[in-house]
Amino acid sequence: MKYLPLVLASLLRRKTRTLLTVLSILTAFLLFGLLSAVDVLFNSVNESDSSTTRLVVQSRTSFTQSLPLRMAAELEAVPGVVDVTWQQWFGAQYQTPNSGIFGFAVPPDRWKRMYPEWVLPDAEAQAFVDTRTGIVVGRGMAERFGWSLGDRVPILSDIFPQRDGSKTWEFDIVGIFDGIDEAFQRQTANILFIHFDYFREANQFGSSFAGMYIIRVADADQLETVAAAVDARYLNSDMETKTQTEQAFQLSFARQIGDIGMIVQAILAAVLFTILLLTANTMAQSVRERIPELAVLKTLGFGDLTVLMLVLAEAFALVALGALAGMGIASLVGPGLTTGFGFPPLRMDAVVWMRALVVMAVMTLAVGLLPALRARRLSIVDALAGR
Amino acid sequence: MNETLVAIRNLSKSYRRGRQEVPVLENLSLDIARGDFLALMGPSGSGKTTLLNLIGGLDQPSAGEIEIGGERIDRLSSGALAAWRARHVGFVFQFYNLLPVLSAERNVELPLLLTKMGGAERLKRARTALEIVGLKDRARHKPKELSGGQEQRVAIARAIVSDPSLLVCDEPTGDLDRSTADEILTLLQRLNREYGKTIIMVTHDPKAAEFARQTLHLDKGVLVESAAQAA
Repeated sequence: MKYLPLVLASLLRRKTRTLLTVLSILTAFLLFGLLSAVDVLFNSVNESDSSTTRLVVQSRTSFTQSLPLRMAAELEAVPGVVDVTWQQWFGAQYQTPNSGIFGFAVPPDRWKRMYPEWVLPDAEAQAFVDTRTGIVVGRGMAERFGWSLGDRVPILSDIFPQRDGSKTWEFDIVGIFDGIDEAFQRQTANILFIHFDYFREANQFGSSFAGMYIIRVADADQLETVAAAVDARYLNSDMETKTQTEQAFQLSFARQIGDIGMIVQAILAAVLFTILLLTANTMAQSVRERIPELAVLKTLGFGDLTVLMLVLAEAFALVALGALAGMGIASLVGPGLTTGFGFPPLRMDAVVWMRALVVMAVMTLAVGLLPALRARRLSIVDALAGR
Repeated sequence: MNETLVAIRNLSKSYRRGRQEVPVLENLSLDIARGDFLALMGPSGSGKTTLLNLIGGLDQPSAGEIEIGGERIDRLSSGALAAWRARHVGFVFQFYNLLPVLSAERNVELPLLLTKMGGAERLKRARTALEIVGLKDRARHKPKELSGGQEQRVAIARAIVSDPSLLVCDEPTGDLDRSTADEILTLLQRLNREYGKTIIMVTHDPKAAEFARQTLHLDKGVLVESAAQAA
């Protein structure tokens, strides 16, 4: 501790350079924290989510492959299943192709029972059941587009044209729902639900299919056995299923983008390597400039090892300052980044922090060891003579 | 003043320049009494600074013995020599060599960081040293906020803060005007007379040498003459 003022003073010798380096390290560790959290999240897909009792049943081939509607009754008959609903991806667009809307056709009564997370006044829920052209939209979305109850809105679907060939569907807004908590409230910005019966009758492709089923089991302990029972029920049939928890489904959906883990690790490696070079250069420059000062310390009796440790401590302080600030910011912003997309929050848990600490230690050695060894080896007489 | 503090026997030092061996000091023997104030003079390249570095334990001889305060420093390892320097020698350089990022008192405190002294005690001693050199009111100033003479006073305070018996000064007034140089030399003289410090000072300046008790002349690595001053 007694050397701390000396270490800090050395860091502050060139304030701008130190600040810029710390900011670079901060940015690198901010990315590191977030991407590591994503990596951890995607590697924890197989851990069942006991916080929910819902399972998603999709076609084993792909979630884009529809399943027959008759499965609803069959699923209800599986032991342990207490409720069943289904939904069909609608591919909704409003005004622009990239309007960021997740539109699903759902049976209103079943949907309401299955998702207590969506909070809707009873009268509006009933209106959704009763109005075949009715849709319910999230509060966030209604505010985003300036919609209110009773509005008739044109929604375009590239996937499901109407029987007359028109891709534009006209719907009546009969309900505006909220989220039960902050995370769900955030999702209301891009979700709407369409009456399944209307969709079924009016779309060009027919009426006997649904995109996927959502089933509720009596308690979370049954998730695994019910999922296995459902998949076993359709094994070797023409509609083999893949049943997983809702969270696992969301994560595997995101995995369709590609090998997230590999992408994350590649980005991390590139970022950290770049920052490593930059910081190493800063440290090397800093020690080079201070050769006479280090020689003075040695003259005063500071041993080779003490000088080596001082330079390493300086490297550590530089890295730790940026790294802890970066990880701190990642901890603050991480949880809010993914919940809007229906994913679990990005948390900087112990695994992520452990990874960060290891990277910090490796980075300290990588950027500090060579300058520290140079400082340790320097000859006092040569350094004082400017040789 | 008869006790010998520095005893040098048959000291030689040479450096390698490429394949060539360049002798700097040759078979030099010398005794310096405790409490002496010695000026080392001679032309550039005569080996003054090399001799000073060897006495200060900054370099090792090629041959010969250096005994200081009864300890053969030519036999010490690099680590032991560093520890010895911290305990027994104070250094004053021509260009002060203060750490620009530290205040005067933090610069003076530096040698005490190597002791087991607590922070408050270290600062107290650093301030006392600054008071001795007449810079008590400049304790919090950074080197760039001080004049050359004041910087050299801080360097002297740093040299005496751990109460070493020996001060080695390499051209301590080489970067100062006459009047400031005289102030610094008077201060060194006071440290010698009042505090009993043994001082070895390399200088080109005959007027500076007049402040010492005796002057030795070196030429081509050999002691050529000596003179004792009335001071």
